[in-house]
Amino acid sequence: MQFSVLKILCLVLTLTPMLACGGGESNVSQGNREGILHFGNGAEPQGLDPHVVTGIPESLIINALFEGLTVKNPYTLESESGVAQRWDISDDGMTITFHLNPQAKWSNGDPMTAEDYVWSWWRALNPAMGNQYGYMLYPLKNAEAFATGKIDDFSDVGVKAIDEHTLQVELNTPTPYFIQLMDHHSTFALHRPTIEKHGKATDRFTRWTREENIVSNGPFRLKSWQLNRRLSVEKSDTYWNRDKVQLNGIVFYPTENISSEERMFRVEQLHYTQTIPLEKIPVYRAMKDSPYANAPYLGTYYYLLNINKPPLDDLRVRQALSMAVDREKLNNTVLHGSNVPAFSITPPDTLGYQPPKVFSQNIEAAQELLAQAGYPNGQGWPGLELTYNTSESHLKIAVALQQMWKNALNIDITLANQEWKVYLDSVDQMNFQMARRGWIGDYVDPNNFLDLFLCDGGNNSTGFCDPVYDELIKRQAPQAISREERYALFNEAETRLMQQMPIIPIYTYTSNHLIHPSVKGLPPNLMDYINFRYIWLDKEQEAIE
Amino acid sequence: MWRFIGFRMLQAIPVLLVVITVTFFLIRLAPGGPFDSEKAVIPEVQAALEAQYRLNLTLFQQYASYLGDLSHGNLGPSFKYPGRSVNELIAAGFPVTAELAFYALLVALVIGGIAGVVASLKPNSVQDYIPMSVAMIGICMPSLLLGPILILIFGIYLDWLPVSGWNDSPGDKILPAVTLGSAYAAYIARLSRAGMLEVMSQDYIRTARAKGLPEWQVISRHALRGGMIPVIAFLGPAFAGLLSGSFVVETIFQIPGLGRFYVQAAFNRDYTMILGSTIFLATLIVFFNLLSDIVAAWMNPRLRDKLRAP
Repeated sequence: MQFSVLKILCLVLTLTPMLACGGGESNVSQGNREGILHFGNGAEPQGLDPHVVTGIPESLIINALFEGLTVKNPYTLESESGVAQRWDISDDGMTITFHLNPQAKWSNGDPMTAEDYVWSWWRALNPAMGNQYGYMLYPLKNAEAFATGKIDDFSDVGVKAIDEHTLQVELNTPTPYFIQLMDHHSTFALHRPTIEKHGKATDRFTRWTREENIVSNGPFRLKSWQLNRRLSVEKSDTYWNRDKVQLNGIVFYPTENISSEERMFRVEQLHYTQTIPLEKIPVYRAMKDSPYANAPYLGTYYYLLNINKPPLDDLRVRQALSMAVDREKLNNTVLHGSNVPAFSITPPDTLGYQPPKVFSQNIEAAQELLAQAGYPNGQGWPGLELTYNTSESHLKIAVALQQMWKNALNIDITLANQEWKVYLDSVDQMNFQMARRGWIGDYVDPNNFLDLFLCDGGNNSTGFCDPVYDELIKRQAPQAISREERYALFNEAETRLMQQMPIIPIYTYTSNHLIHPSVKGLPPNLMDYINFRYIWLDKEQEAIE
Repeated sequence: MWRFIGFRMLQAIPVLLVVITVTFFLIRLAPGGPFDSEKAVIPEVQAALEAQYRLNLTLFQQYASYLGDLSHGNLGPSFKYPGRSVNELIAAGFPVTAELAFYALLVALVIGGIAGVVASLKPNSVQDYIPMSVAMIGICMPSLLLGPILILIFGIYLDWLPVSGWNDSPGDKILPAVTLGSAYAAYIARLSRAGMLEVMSQDYIRTARAKGLPEWQVISRHALRGGMIPVIAFLGPAFAGLLSGSFVVETIFQIPGLGRFYVQAAFNRDYTMILGSTIFLATLIVFFNLLSDIVAAWMNPRLRDKLRAP
């Protein structure tokens, strides 16, 4: 008897504290009152060292904690003052002088100096560091040679401190997008004494980014970092532009599971979600004052074609496949109209650049091309395998395209899904016939997409190699005097690329978020770029229903 | 008794060594590595990364140096989270997972135990069929489905309980514990029903009844102890299963437990993290199996005597 009664008593006592009722004030209404933004960040940050990390969740947090020489205006994406108050570009475009804001300080009160940048770029480019984004600084004179170990002396690299607040940079060629790169975390200055206190400068494992150690220079500073739970930042009182910072803090949640994230938004635990499950789009879109924010994004979803392997070594087959895809239908059905059909690699309107449209959907022409290639109405078709990484949305798209090709050309495509790292390996080794791929721009410039397909491009993965194309991208475009001339050269190159069709462009990405109506100063833009300094919370805003 | 425990612990050593060795070499066979990413990396950077993690050594050297570190209790640095050690990640995640597993087990015992006993009292009647059918549904319904359904009902429509979090707001442990515990509740219901049915036909139960004891005393004082032996034997493996199987529930409810790290580590080819958590969980499983054997022996008089005698 005692046995079971005692046990049940124990159970009840243990369970009672858990049973205290839920409810209470939501994060959103409490946050609106206290000026705290609750931000769905997609994943646990791998780390916070700006010279180590590579992902989007990390870059969002780092943009709150640190600030580059420049920042972007979230409305226009034009560069504006960060640590650098202003900058002068020489007439030949080869030398840039940054004038640092004398008010710029580290979060421990130390002043920021030009020397901080020289040391930090030495670290970012140091071969021992293994910085995967080191190439962001390659426009600097001799930077690539230093990063690949060809020269050892960093004083040969094109960066020097003229005085405490003046930083001079020398470039290899005129690089119009160099100013933009200054807001990428791999080019940020870091606090040397802090890093050296916790280990070797180029060591990836040190504890300098922990909440008790980190020193940063951005609008916010790290308050607490609970692994896989939340990371909180609070307004910094040493930031030079602190009067313009309107939030008192941000809480970043590692919302790995997109359905859980959406549910958290629904019960007002989050102001902002990193994404939205595809099937929820119609529901949110139909709402009055919809919190669903959908905007063009600087990225392209496409299929790589391995032009070294039959049957895709035949241009006519590649063209037939691409022309038979009904991109509008795909977008309107599978993707719930959330994206934009693509006919080229560069997203439309990339800083004013419009890609050429070399082809359009044309099933008769596709059938004709396939017949010329020796497969009339699919007869004698040797089969073709499409490789994609395991994911429900990639699968849906692949199945839709498989059916379109069957209907239009009467050919069979087999689908092969691979786990992420296996898939990366297959693409890297070009061990595929046709493979899914996406590319998100690091900076707003057509060059970021077009240099993928250079003969020696590390992410080319198609076998495409055209010396004329390389000449246009590598030699002629950088020397162009005006933006119009440069874009005309890019257009010519991209036309050559799409005539050879080493890829099947499918759609241009869009960013998809749920944003609570109380969040202001978070405009949609092509880079999905957030400048936390601009954000404020409107307390008066009614909750969504 | 001590000889029995000592012998079982010695047995555990070769088991763990095999686990370590097999895991170490198996993960290296998987295509792709920890530093593969969608963006190609230049060879110099790749080499620097590998050097920082000692991947430039031969596989056997890596194995030897790993075993060396392991003997000092050092599980190495994580590949995916630079600046964090595997020890630290396990120390952060395990207490949460253990707490979740503990509550889930309580839920399972209460629901499953009651259902099983109730069903066993009148076998092959409605009182038997209803709890057992529910138990069957519990086994069949994956937490992937049950979790979101519970969230929809109690978190969103009724707004009684939080939809996610752990130790953030009162009541946020209830839904995860119920979700994780329900499948085990079903097993426990079936085990306790079977155990009780067997015990109820024993002679000593007839004796107890013959003494004129009321039926509830027969059950609670005499039958339960014997009838629960299969359940006790199941608890050790169940707790280990709950610890290593909580990944789905942790993901659905945003719980910062070890399960999420473990599964993510496999996707990321985070070699040290996969190895570290596998070794850690394997040790726990061995330990809990041992524990449940000891408890079962203690609860069963015949086995207890056997162990006492040399």
